Amino acid sequence: MFATKRLSKELLKLKEHVPPGISVAKSDNLEEWQMDIKVLDDNPLYQNQTYRLKFTFGRKYPIEPPEVQFITVAAPSTSTSPSEPNTDTDTERNNTPHSIPMHPHIYSNGIICLDLLSSAGWSPVQTVESVCMSIQSMLTANTKNERPPGDAEFVNYNRRRIRDIPFVYEDDNV
Amino acid sequence: MSKAAEAIADSQPPSKAKAATKAASGPGLATAPLKPPRPPTPTPATSTTELTARGSSVSSVSAKKDIVTSATTSMDSDDDFMSDVSSQDDFLDTQDSDNDSLGEDFGDLDGGFSDDKDLLTQKRKPYEVEFKVLNPADIEREQLAQISDVSAILGLPPESAAILLRFGRWKREKLIESYMDHPEVTLEDAGLGTNFEGAAKLETIPGFMCEICCEDGEGLKSYAMRCGHRFCVDCYRHYLGQKIKEEGEAARIECPGEHCHRIVDSRSLDLLVTNDLKTRYRVLLTRTYVDDKENLRWCPAPNCEYAVDCHVKNRDLRRIVPTVKCACSHEFCFGCTLNDHQPTPCGLVKMWLQKCEDDSETANWISANTKECPRCQSTIEKNGGCNHMTCRKCKHEFCWMCMGLWSEHGTSWYNCNRYEEKSGSDARGAQAKSRASLERYLHYYNRYANHEQSAKLDKDLYLKTEKKMTSLQSQSGLSWIEVQFLDTASQALQQCRQTLKWTYAFAFYLARNNLTEIFEDNQKDLEMAVESLSEMFEKPVPDLANLKVDILDKTAYCNKRRIILLSDTAENLKSGEWSFNVTW
Repeated sequence: MFATKRLSKELLKLKEHVPPGISVAKSDNLEEWQMDIKVLDDNPLYQNQTYRLKFTFGRKYPIEPPEVQFITVAAPSTSTSPSEPNTDTDTERNNTPHSIPMHPHIYSNGIICLDLLSSAGWSPVQTVESVCMSIQSMLTANTKNERPPGDAEFVNYNRRRIRDIPFVYEDDNV
Repeated sequence: MSKAAEAIADSQPPSKAKAATKAASGPGLATAPLKPPRPPTPTPATSTTELTARGSSVSSVSAKKDIVTSATTSMDSDDDFMSDVSSQDDFLDTQDSDNDSLGEDFGDLDGGFSDDKDLLTQKRKPYEVEFKVLNPADIEREQLAQISDVSAILGLPPESAAILLRFGRWKREKLIESYMDHPEVTLEDAGLGTNFEGAAKLETIPGFMCEICCEDGEGLKSYAMRCGHRFCVDCYRHYLGQKIKEEGEAARIECPGEHCHRIVDSRSLDLLVTNDLKTRYRVLLTRTYVDDKENLRWCPAPNCEYAVDCHVKNRDLRRIVPTVKCACSHEFCFGCTLNDHQPTPCGLVKMWLQKCEDDSETANWISANTKECPRCQSTIEKNGGCNHMTCRKCKHEFCWMCMGLWSEHGTSWYNCNRYEEKSGSDARGAQAKSRASLERYLHYYNRYANHEQSAKLDKDLYLKTEKKMTSLQSQSGLSWIEVQFLDTASQALQQCRQTLKWTYAFAFYLARNNLTEIFEDNQKDLEMAVESLSEMFEKPVPDLANLKVDILDKTAYCNKRRIILLSDTAENLKSGEWSFNVTW
């Protein structure tokens, strides 16, 4: 794997300091992580909610972007990181169902339409942390309680990998 | 009993399956990909060689000249051609070895004696457009010429001028103007920045850690463009490899740094990547060059790597059908890149192909399997039962056989022999009228499809011709050159059928006026000439030797009729004399 060192460093940095509202939920291997994010201001759409993001790192990370999507139920945690002391509550937290935040760029299956996560918009200097912060601010700024147009159809028929979906990033305002 | 029209809807052949792709276009967020402004100024003409569409292309013209004058060797004529093409980029002394291949195919033995005179006496026919064929080396040279030109004018390094030109889609004047007015803004927009200090080189900097891979070992080689974002050589190489190989990007690869829009220039690239990637990079750049330039189009033939340079604009396509012939001998329309479709303009071609795809099977089926109710004109399919029909819609009762009133059939039920009765023939007359538009379409479609079918058999025909020529040689004692008339005839047949095919699509959309009669006469003449040549051509081999003069004459006649038809349609199209029964 190209990015072992890079991901280890990212994780180390996240353990030292995470930005407010963001936490590592699962990071027991270097292929898939889960991150929890909260919206901290008083945006009524996302009050008192914790959302779970799944990061899948390909062989070419960080040259290629990771696959990032919201998930509802976490896969059962196989091993709990020893650095987190309270194993019971951690497991419990990992298994509580989460919802998919309402947003005009987030499909109800959790797929996020974000320029940053496409090959064209990605920069290898971006990190898990910076992606989380971008998504967090994308939620913070949103006022529309709606799904993208064609959500039902997309959710039913999309079988492609996320990065192969030809999103059109035409909307610069949201 | 009567069977009403509903059934028809079900039995139509499946036609449209287009809605599926919609789901993908989601909304978007944040930074939309940078779209450079597209100034509308046309690029200055760079054409130096004049070409004509007929015959073949440049070298064929010169090759034929050679035959006639016997003064120069064909090598000379190729060289003349090349010096014409490259005259504008003298500064680059690339050897012309590649270009020879351009001419190579044109000495082909098409022995078109009949047209030599026309070709020499008439410069360009009304339906021909000026164009030239470029090979990959030509295209690269054109790019380099413009780059060094702009580089000299603006005093920028060539690799930066290249980025600027690609950003401005090679619209030189517009770009220079914009640079003169606001140099900083233009450079920034193009992804260049204003700092041109320092040479591009790999460096080892103590204490450096690569932000991509987090390596920080001693002696780690790193590189930064003028924006100062420094990464290790390995990451840079991976990054560029990903962009070039996987994403097919070349002209606008940005610095890997976050929010940095500096474009990776070719000098940096040369420093960082392996040779196979450099080759790929250049291929991609050439591709975007041709795609960016309005006056260039790739030849659509499989594996053909030539491009055609032609100055017909999109807005001209209502008046001109710009057929061009690539050096690979593929003839296509410069406007829409479909196969040659003269005399029909691109807009009508598109409509026609769409209509044929949607309607022709359905129309054929309706024509073969249904009749209209004599009273209300509903389309009815009889899928069983007796001849006594009751229209489900208007309750009209009639006989399926003679279309007459059922009440008049008296007791001769179920066995109609009343074809001559008045009510029947009236009903059939009305029916005929309502069928007219359908039949009209099918009339044109069937002729179109017939010629298309013949065109598909072209390959067989040609192979057959070759065989015939060999066997004729052995049977008649004629020489190889002397049997070339068959090849000529075969080519004329193919070309004329291609033209004829499209005359039917053209005619379908043509509204009647004084000129249509002339058009139809031309069409008829060509059709008859083609059919009679075709008949001679199919004769058994022993007869062919005796028919040689006839075939030669007929071939010449076909070619002439084709030229007349195309010239007439093109002239009227140019002057807007045709009127059409559709808007397009």
